[in-house]
Formats: sequence, structure tokens, C-alpha cells
Amino acid sequence: MASLILRRLMMVIPVLFGVSVIVFLVISLIPGDPARAILGTFATPANVADVTHQLGLDKPLPVQYLIWIDNLFHGDLGRSYILHKPVLDEIMAHLFPTLLLAGAALVLASVFGIVFGIVAAVHQNGFADRLITLVVLIGISTPSFWLGMLFIFWFGVRLAWLPVGGMSDMFGGGGVVDVGRHLVLPAATLAAVAGAVLVRLTRGAMLEVLRQDYVRTARAKGLSERRVIHGHAFRNALVGIIPVIGLQAGFVLGGAVYIETVFQWPGIGRMLVSAISTRDILLVQGGVLIVASAYVLINLITDLMQAMLDPRIRVA
Amino acid sequence: MPPVMFTRRTLLGSVAAISVIGLPRFAFGQTPNDVLVVGHVAELQTLDPAQAVTISDFRILINIYDGLLRYKDGRLEVEPGLAESWDISPDGKTYTFALRKGVKFHDGTSFDADAVKFNFDRVLDANHPFHNTGPFPFVFTLGPIDKVEVLDPYKIALVYKEPYAPALTMLAGAIGGLAGISPAAVKKFGKDFARNGGGAGPFKFIEWVSGQRFVLEANADYFRGAPTLKGLVFRPIIDENARVSEMQSGGTDITIEVPPDNIATFTASTDYIYYQQPGPHLWYLVLNTKTKPFDDKRVRQAINYAINKGAMVTDILKDTATVASSVTPPAFDWAYDGGLKPYPYDPAKAKQLLADAGYPTGVDVTFYVTESGSGMLSPQLMGTAIQADLQAVGIRAKIETYEWNTFLGKIIPAMPADVGVAELSFMTQDPDMHPALALRTGAAVNSGGYSNPKVDALIDQGRTETDRGKRGAIYKQLQDVIYEDAPWVFVANWKQNAVSSSHVKGFQLHPSFTTRFYGTSKA
Repeated sequence: MASLILRRLMMVIPVLFGVSVIVFLVISLIPGDPARAILGTFATPANVADVTHQLGLDKPLPVQYLIWIDNLFHGDLGRSYILHKPVLDEIMAHLFPTLLLAGAALVLASVFGIVFGIVAAVHQNGFADRLITLVVLIGISTPSFWLGMLFIFWFGVRLAWLPVGGMSDMFGGGGVVDVGRHLVLPAATLAAVAGAVLVRLTRGAMLEVLRQDYVRTARAKGLSERRVIHGHAFRNALVGIIPVIGLQAGFVLGGAVYIETVFQWPGIGRMLVSAISTRDILLVQGGVLIVASAYVLINLITDLMQAMLDPRIRVA
Repeated sequence: MPPVMFTRRTLLGSVAAISVIGLPRFAFGQTPNDVLVVGHVAELQTLDPAQAVTISDFRILINIYDGLLRYKDGRLEVEPGLAESWDISPDGKTYTFALRKGVKFHDGTSFDADAVKFNFDRVLDANHPFHNTGPFPFVFTLGPIDKVEVLDPYKIALVYKEPYAPALTMLAGAIGGLAGISPAAVKKFGKDFARNGGGAGPFKFIEWVSGQRFVLEANADYFRGAPTLKGLVFRPIIDENARVSEMQSGGTDITIEVPPDNIATFTASTDYIYYQQPGPHLWYLVLNTKTKPFDDKRVRQAINYAINKGAMVTDILKDTATVASSVTPPAFDWAYDGGLKPYPYDPAKAKQLLADAGYPTGVDVTFYVTESGSGMLSPQLMGTAIQADLQAVGIRAKIETYEWNTFLGKIIPAMPADVGVAELSFMTQDPDMHPALALRTGAAVNSGGYSNPKVDALIDQGRTETDRGKRGAIYKQLQDVIYEDAPWVFVANWKQNAVSSSHVKGFQLHPSFTTRFYGTSKA
């Protein structure tokens, strides 16, 4: 197991290096001049040249990349020219909200996805199965930003049950309950698609497993249906489900970009959207790098969890 | 029981718990009576008025920093600020200010002539020990200042290299707030001043939580007296639909910039107050006067007649703008020629002028449109409407759309030779600024390559005339010349808007696009 972890970790290094090059290049090569973005319509060419120089954007690309990487190794992602503060500080300020939102959404999606997936499989072609399949279809085909707007309209504006945006109240808020209430709508929105995918997958995996010989054997031994499904079938189906949860974690992280904007959730996604619109290059580079690294990390964890659940992978 | 089951059950339990907590109807609108929550279009970028570049920043900063001068309520006319009176030398080069005594900065230090000199030197003198707290992109708007002299502890002189008549309006404008920065705060925070600030205005900075809120508290020692509100909270809500929902659900007391399509939602209800205020903004089309067909004045006039601006303002902008008549926006009431009527919508006349100019079968042009951009209103919809109007008179416009920053890079300083028309907009503080930057021969952002000696002469005259009545007359003359010569198509002057809940009292928008909350209260 230790050598597996080590091997997987070694593979992460070239991946992260590739990610850093791509992030840097893509963001440096997109059209639009950051100096011009900062200065707006008033900018005279001399202003623009000045600011370009101050930003170091007049240096050749490889030099800019080396400076960036060198600083990165010193834990310095640079200083945002737009926000006048270190990029790392700004990212850290937005990291926790994103992890909280994505985490809550993933837990919601997994719990509902697995529970309803099992229910659908156990009652294959029954009423519950058909109903769940219908809801899943709606869940998968509804764009999440639109679902978010519907939630805001109904639960926020019309019924006024839940706040429509932000992470805590402006006054006297900020406690766990307060943040929880603000979390419900965005997390539910974000969980919808991932949850629907997991229902489908769990249903499929369970149906597959329920047809296996050992399930028949378990039943023949006279075990209760509950023990058969929970103890034998589900445990084995889980091996196929875990990596998909890992994949969904990646999607949830990506989806957070939209959802955070719709719900004004102060996370990395919303930070990135506003950084892109103000051409805050260093902040975008830093933010994308963090998100990409998180994605790589999630994949790593998924791999390792799968190995723990399934001894066959450990050997390979 | 496998551990997974345990987790699942626990989690289901917590989800249920959260749902229950969410169920009771949440009492919205319970923001304290003396604290105003503002739905703001963007995250604040800096607490340093010398570094700020966006209207959204200036809207906040004006509440923290007083300048030497300020604008009168509702007008772009100057009145005393931290300076009690001022005096302009006969040659128009030296502006002497008598400063208010007994003013304290938020950090307790005193405001005096040395503080003012420190603040100007910091941005103007590259060798100043605190110059590296910059850069200061808009400092050029202060004009060609040669030096700043302390005459006595409460008297200061700004000496210009050449007469610069816009000086007063610029000092009253948002960037003028740099005169009221606490030097002690700059020395204490250095480069981090932009995140900490320190002025002498009616509100002082308390807290800035990235992406969530920016909090100000009343300055009890404010020299005009403590404000009615105890505090101000700006919530950055970038998405315009989210801004509307927050306003409807009671999460904010006031929202600046409501999208045109949502205005009716608020005007229809007595729970809200809707505010609207024209400002010195112009949305126009730049014409490439260097190449065919717009090198011919008749074609330039033809395109002005061809576009139905009234329909655009009503249908697309839902009356959040008025039809523009000329280069000077009506918000500069002292310099605006009210007698000048916008070019009427007259396709027949446009066709006639085109034919006279030698284009009886029409002409093909390339038309640059932007996706979005500061002050650009609805550039794509407006671009399409314009294209249709032009088609009707025989100007066949091929639209090319670019993202805002790319767009600016393509047309400034000069449009490509094969491009005839480009959308653009400007917000200014003084009637000098826009023509001087964009119409004077060889000026920095003169995209259309326009050159007219008469216009150049009038701009120079306006810059040096310190008597405001005479200055106003010069700008009226300038408008007439530009109107006739038509280097641009004058389309719209934007009216900024805001909406508050009905318990907000004493709020008003200002033509300078800033928002002073000093006189605002909540009932």
C-alpha cells in the first residue's frame, strides 16, 4: 500500500508541472491587454505602456513563466495588481467557502444518489424506479444555473424561507446555523446533476451485482434481504461507485464557478469570474492552478480509496 | 454494520436538521435601523483614491475621503470641501486654497497644508519616499501641476505649468479625494495602504471581507457633523439578476444599477423608491474620418440622420438614457448648448446626402461592436439596431464583435484603416476632458483620426479660460462646430439608476456617478 501511494504521488509531479505550463500559457495568450483592462477607455498609449511595464508583461513569455514558477516555489503567487494584495491571501480567503460548498454538494449528491440508486435497483421497473428515473432525467437535463435561479425565485423571493445569496448575514450572523441556511440552496443546486448521475450509476451497479452468484448464495443461506443488499451487494457495487464520486467531485468543483456567481457565494469560482473580467492575470493563474491541483488531488484520493476497497487493484 | 452505513445515516440526519432550521420564515429586512446595506456592482479594488480607476470604487471612496473641493448636491458645480475658499492667479496658473482648520483624520492626526502637500507629492513626484505605493493611473486628470507650495499651515498653492481651467472640477471629482488622505496612514501601511486607507470623510473603514462585505462606520468627529447612519455595508453582487433578487428578498436596502428589464418590477411597487440621474456620459459611434467614406462630411451627417436613436433609447434601453445631441452631455448644464437639437431620424435626408457625396448605390463599411464594457449599456443589441437602420439607407455595415479589452486595444489610439465605424462611450468630469482626449488633432485616444483646427483652437481656449461663464460659452461654440462637422454619431446619454426600499430617506444619485451617503437615513 505504501509503495502504491508513493508511486501515485510520483505521477502527480509531472501532471502538476504540465498543469502549470498550460495554465500560464493559456492565460497569457488570451487576447485582451491587462493594462488596458485596468485603465479603461481613458488610457493613453503611454499609460498602457507604463502599466504593462509595471506588471512585467513586456518581458518574454518564458522569462515571465520562470519568474512565476520561481516565486511559486517560495510560496508566493505574486501580488494582484487589481486588488492590491498578495494573490495567495486572496485565494485562501475564498478557498474555504468553495470547499464547504463543494463538500456539502458532494455529500448531498452521494447520499441521495446512492440511496435512491439502491431503491431504484431493488424495485426495478416498479413505481419507485420509474419515478426516480424521471426525476433523474430532469436533474441531468436542467442547467444548474437555471435551477439555481428557480430556487432563488421560489425559496428566496417568493416563499422567503432561505436567504438568496451570500454566505452569512450582514448582522449578527456568521454562526454554523447561519452559514448552513445560506448553504442549502447553492449546495442543493450544485448537487442536482451530480446526484442524478450517481443515482443512475448506483442503480446500474446494484442491478449488476444483484445478478451475481454470491448474492444468490447469500439469499440461499437464508440471510435477510436487508443483509443481502447492504452487506453483500452494496459493498461490492461500491467499488464501481467510488471512482465516479471522485469524478463528480471534479465536476462539482467546476460547477461551483457558475453556482457561486448565481448565489454570490464568496468562493474561488466567483473570485475567478471577477478576476477574469478585470484581467487580473496573476489571480487567475493562481486560482486556476489551485483548482487544477485540487482536481489532481481528488483523483489521487479516489485512486487510493478504490485500492483500499478492492484488493485486486492494490496488487496491480 | 459497515462504516459506510453509519456515515450515510449521520449525514441524512444532518441534512434533515439543516432543512428544519431553514423552514421557519426568515425575517428579512431586519438590518439595523441605522446601518444601510448597499448592493454594489463590484468588489472594491482599492482604498486609495489615487489608485482607483472604476466608478464603482469611487462610489464608495467618496464617503471616506473629502477633497479640497466637492460638487454641489445634484450638480457638477464646485463648492468648498476641505478648502474653505480658493483663489486663481490672473495668469490662470496658480490656485491658492485656504484650508479648513480643526479637521482630524480618522486616525486622529490633523489635516493641514503639509498633509495636502504630502498627498500631491506622493503621486506627482517619482522620487517621493512613498511614490512606490502607486501606480496612479488617473493622476494625469489633475493637469500639468508644476509644484505644490505650503504658504502657511492652512494655506496651500497648486502651481501649474500652463493654465488649466478644468483644475477645479477635477479636484472636486473623485480623484480629488487624494488630497484628504492621512499621511500618517500612508507612512504606517506603505504598500498596504490600498487595503487599509485613512481619510477625514464622514465614514471610516472598519472591515473588508473579500467577496462578502465592505463595512464603514460613521465618523463621529466629521467636520460637518456626524452622519445620521451609524454604518454602511457594501455587498459586492456582481451578477445583475442576483442584485435584483437580493433587493426583492430584503438582503439589501439599496441597489445601484438595476438592469433596464427589471426597473418595472420596482417602479410598480410602493415598497421601493426608484432613482434616476443623468450624468456626463456619452455613447457614440466613432467614424474613421481618415478614409472613405467617412472622410466626407456629408456621409458623416448622413449616418447621423440614418439612425433612429429615439427608438433605441425607448425600446432597448427602456428610457435609462436620453438621445444625445452633441459632444457635451447635458449634465454639464453650464457648458451645454440646450438649443442644439439631436440630429432627427430622417432616412430620406440620409440617402440624399449619401447620393450627394457620390454613393447613390450605397456603401459598405466595417462596424466594430463590443460584447460589453464600462458605460457601454447594451452594445450588441444597439449595434444590431444600428446595423438595421444603416441598411435601410444603403450603408451596408458588416459587424465584427470583440471582447471589451480586445476591442479597446484595436481602436485606441487609432482605428484600422479598413474600419469605418466603432461603438464607444465616455464618462467625464469636465467638458474639456473628452474632446481634449478624443477629438484634438493627434490626441491620445483620437480613434477616428479627426482633425479640425477650429476644434483644436476652441479646446485650447476652453482649457485656459478660468472664468466659468466664458468657458461655458466656448464649449457651446465647440459643440456647434462638432455637431456640424459630425466626426461621431451622437447616440445616447445614460441616466444612472438605483432603487431603495421605501424606508430609506434622503438618498440621491449624483451626476458625477458617485454616491454620498452622508445625508441618508433609514426610517
